[in-house]
Amino acid sequence: MSADFYYAIEVILNGLMAGVMYSLVALGFVLIFKASGIFNYAQGVMALFAALTLVGFQNGEIPFSHLINAVFGTDIHHFGWHMPAFFAILCSLAVMILFAFLVEKYILKHLVNQEPIILFMATIGLAYFMEGFGDLMWGADIKKLDVGIPQGGNIWLEENTAFLGGDDFYGFYIDNLDIWATIFAAILVISLVIFSQYTKTGRALRAVADDHQAALSVGISLRSIWVIVWAIAGFVALVAGIMWGSKSGVQFSLSLIALKALPVLMLGGFTSIPGAIIGGLIIGVGEKLFEFLIGAPFLGGATENWFAYMLALLFLVFRPQGLFGEKIIERV
Amino acid sequence: MLYREAGDFKTSYAKDQQTFPIAFDRWGYFITIAFAFLVVPFLINDYWVNAVVLPFLIYSIAAIGLNILTGYCGQVSLGTGGFMAVGAFSAYKLMTAFPELSMIIVILLSGGVTAFVGILFGLPSLRIKGFYLAVATLAAQFFLVWMFNKFPWFYNYSASGQISAPERSVFGFAVTGANVTPAVSYLFCLCFVFVLAWAARNLTRGANGRKWMAIRDMDIAAEIIGVDPLKTKLTAFGVSSFYIGIAGALLFAIYLGAAEVGEAFDISKSFLVLFMIIIGGLGSIFGSFAGAAFMVLMPVLLKNIMVGYLGWPTDLASHFQFVIVGGLIVIFLILEPHGFAQLWRLAKEKLRLWPFPH
Amino acid sequence: MKLTKLAAAAVAASIAATPVLADLVFPSLDYRTGPYAANGIPFADGYADYFTLVNARDGGIGGVAAKVIACETGYNTEKGVECYESTKGEGALVYQPLSTGITYQLIPKATADGIPVHSMGYGRTSAANGKVFSNIFNYPANYWNGASHAVNHAIADSGGDISGKTIALVYHNSAYGKEPIRTLEELSKKHGFKLSLLAVDHPGQEQKSQWLQIRREKPDYVFMWGWGVMNQVAIQEAANIRYPMDKFVGIWWSGSENDVLPAGDGANGYKALAMHNVGSDFPVFDDIKKYVVDAGNAAGAGDQVGTVLYNRGMYAAMLAVEAAKTAQEIHGTADITPAMMRDGMEALVIDEAKMTALGMPNFGPTFSVSCENHGGPGLGAISQWDASAKKWSLISGFEPSDNEIINALIAEDSAAFAAENNIAEGCK
Repeated sequence: MSADFYYAIEVILNGLMAGVMYSLVALGFVLIFKASGIFNYAQGVMALFAALTLVGFQNGEIPFSHLINAVFGTDIHHFGWHMPAFFAILCSLAVMILFAFLVEKYILKHLVNQEPIILFMATIGLAYFMEGFGDLMWGADIKKLDVGIPQGGNIWLEENTAFLGGDDFYGFYIDNLDIWATIFAAILVISLVIFSQYTKTGRALRAVADDHQAALSVGISLRSIWVIVWAIAGFVALVAGIMWGSKSGVQFSLSLIALKALPVLMLGGFTSIPGAIIGGLIIGVGEKLFEFLIGAPFLGGATENWFAYMLALLFLVFRPQGLFGEKIIERV
Repeated sequence: MLYREAGDFKTSYAKDQQTFPIAFDRWGYFITIAFAFLVVPFLINDYWVNAVVLPFLIYSIAAIGLNILTGYCGQVSLGTGGFMAVGAFSAYKLMTAFPELSMIIVILLSGGVTAFVGILFGLPSLRIKGFYLAVATLAAQFFLVWMFNKFPWFYNYSASGQISAPERSVFGFAVTGANVTPAVSYLFCLCFVFVLAWAARNLTRGANGRKWMAIRDMDIAAEIIGVDPLKTKLTAFGVSSFYIGIAGALLFAIYLGAAEVGEAFDISKSFLVLFMIIIGGLGSIFGSFAGAAFMVLMPVLLKNIMVGYLGWPTDLASHFQFVIVGGLIVIFLILEPHGFAQLWRLAKEKLRLWPFPH
Repeated sequence: MKLTKLAAAAVAASIAATPVLADLVFPSLDYRTGPYAANGIPFADGYADYFTLVNARDGGIGGVAAKVIACETGYNTEKGVECYESTKGEGALVYQPLSTGITYQLIPKATADGIPVHSMGYGRTSAANGKVFSNIFNYPANYWNGASHAVNHAIADSGGDISGKTIALVYHNSAYGKEPIRTLEELSKKHGFKLSLLAVDHPGQEQKSQWLQIRREKPDYVFMWGWGVMNQVAIQEAANIRYPMDKFVGIWWSGSENDVLPAGDGANGYKALAMHNVGSDFPVFDDIKKYVVDAGNAAGAGDQVGTVLYNRGMYAAMLAVEAAKTAQEIHGTADITPAMMRDGMEALVIDEAKMTALGMPNFGPTFSVSCENHGGPGLGAISQWDASAKKWSLISGFEPSDNEIINALIAEDSAAFAAENNIAEGCK
């Protein structure tokens, strides 16, 4: 086998890994859309906010220190502690739960029964708000996020596969971070499935997703379900924020990962958790393979952004509800 | 008292169906137009034109365009930025390839090219609906931006891919380039806004507009009563893109003077215009203007208050600006999900009865 | 409608405040928010702090206080327009837009208004031709110089001959990132190296494909024209694939602490071009500490002093102050106008004695500006990152670039601009 063949396999493997990273973001969208029919554009900003909060807790930064300094003329920045990663994650999670509570209380409650596009716009407004709020709270400079996940190519894999393709092949390259992301994503999905299948709250969640009114009539509190769902989505955002933030540092651009998740959603369907995973994998492999085979050699590269959307678009033309979406039945 | 229907008798169908059936409205409209055309050009200066008025006028056109597609025909689109880029680059190519061509024709042709591209990307709308369509239009957004960045032909093989508008004039007055006077660029855009808004208003209340609204309200039912969904949806995409293309061409040629596709026409443009029509009111021409005014004026106003008056550091001010704009959008959606247009309608209802509400 | 009018009235009220024209006004179109905030903050701090220093230590420029008007652009061209229009009426002497997009947009506007623009190491490279771009300056060095510096460094590094080797350029897929391509292509013809181009789309969080390609092709050198998050990810990915960091050279906008710190030890040995010196080992920093930081007048959080981008902002401010002083000498008045400032910039001479006197010995290259050449001689140095000491240091002196090729390209590009806009070449 020629080296090119193995490189193609390497590209596919890395595409799968990238797909997992996209799925992590897409999962949050699906959870909220299923439970409340809201297309939550703020998911990307939630990931940024969660990661900012995590770094802030870890480094013992004082929230709003910049604002306080500007208003009172003080010069405070740090509490002077370094929180262990695990503890900081728990604290960030608590913040995300509080956030879910506030979103329900101040936004969702007032927007019940509005059209989907209005709810969508409200989440964009929320995204703006949180962008400014996160910057105010923690500052706009770039932060290093380190919770102890190893980074860099997996050397063991690289050395043990180098024999496959002759002199021009240097072994498969896979990032350790991606491997860990895959493991975390798997744990996350499995626990989500267990949660929704075997717990009382989980069953209530599924009931709400199935039929709001029927769920209401059997005594399920819609509002508490929404808080729970947004809290879970906040947790997913935290995981996504940790993974993406370890890679690139925590800063504004982290919120743009939402754009990577949208084609995944289209492909997988807005309402399906397996769809988000499989859609992510298809998009990841598709865009990486296209870049490898056609994009870089013939089109000058940087095709990934639009190709993901084009792939999803093509797919939708044949299956308008996405891969696993609920079949659209239209009646007059 | 002043705002009333009583005593205003219509003696012909034409009069009965005019856009502003109430005399007070009609006069308000005429006075606004006269003010805009006859008074403003003498008052306006560089700052007002470039910081407030031009973006307001240009975004109004884009908002009307998107409102035709989303508000009247019910097809949510997030490709506005990409279509504006088509308009801008068509204008650039036409301006440099045919230096003698009048700017009016250049702008109209750019709209035409965009309409064509819009129809092309509108084709999937026959199969895809709702949010799926919204995300699908993002494909247009990303692909178009990539394309204009990728192929040097579009930017005349310049080293960096930036396009700059050369100086062109209409009736002897420079409208693009460095030597434009504020009044000229203002009037040039205002003419486009006036004609396009007038056309849009009449399109949307004619047969086409009623077909669009039928598709919006329920496409299957519309099909059953004989509305051709293919033709209707594609005309909506075409007309909407024509408007958006013109907005893009004006944005590049008159307002910015130089543009880079990835920066000036990125996805945040798409969201911005969508914001305008939702805050202004879906399915309303007046709403498009109100939304554009809100989204253009709000940040400038906040900046001037916080930095200019209160003397805050610029970074804090702009963080607050995000918080306030985001918060306002949410509050606004909670209080009045149907936008300024609905507020305006309610106000008119009240006025009609005032001062005897019972 | 009512709301709009109310808002309009309020805007009118808030911009009506008339400025006092006594100060020398230096607007700073900075960005402390948005995707590039991390890079914009230190630059803006440095720019503002130096003027504060000049006011506190020297009592202003030639006895007239300097005033910095900060205006937040968020790297957004439309906000840039608003900033330009709102500050130009206040007697702005020179604009430092710090964004390629805003620079392009200001070129015709500022020229028509007679206000000089200093795009230091960014913006439109061919603006170095002062015969066409009368009001635009981009000294001390531009991107095309930078491309040549990087190639020169690669040649020196590989023992004087680079023919047959491969250089990969990882670039931000935008106007800025595409700038060096033409120059590198010309240079590859001249020196016989193979050039491979790898575009990265904004914002550049996903670069796996590009770096897998680099891993496959094993180019001898990798150059990078990156900005914002793209830098951090690229350096991280390079460390991940264990690409030799000392063969990896970034442009000066890809060489700040922000870019290398997230990659930790992996970034050790990474090189970046520099148009000015790095570190805080200069007498001027004692003054900044004494007059600015300790006095509580530091811009921003005051924690950026001595970082690469802070130094760049300070350097830009220093050049502006020196140009203003030159203008005051030429015209014999302390209260200079933008047109006088332009003359001062065109007659600017920076030599070692001047820099030493300012407490910045060997801080930047020595150069002089003329009407024909608004770009200076294009000297540049190479800096290298030491991850254990967390410090950048210069590993070369300020060396010349291949001006023969670059001048030809500048002439060609500026001629095209002149033809497009009917500008007659010539010195005023």
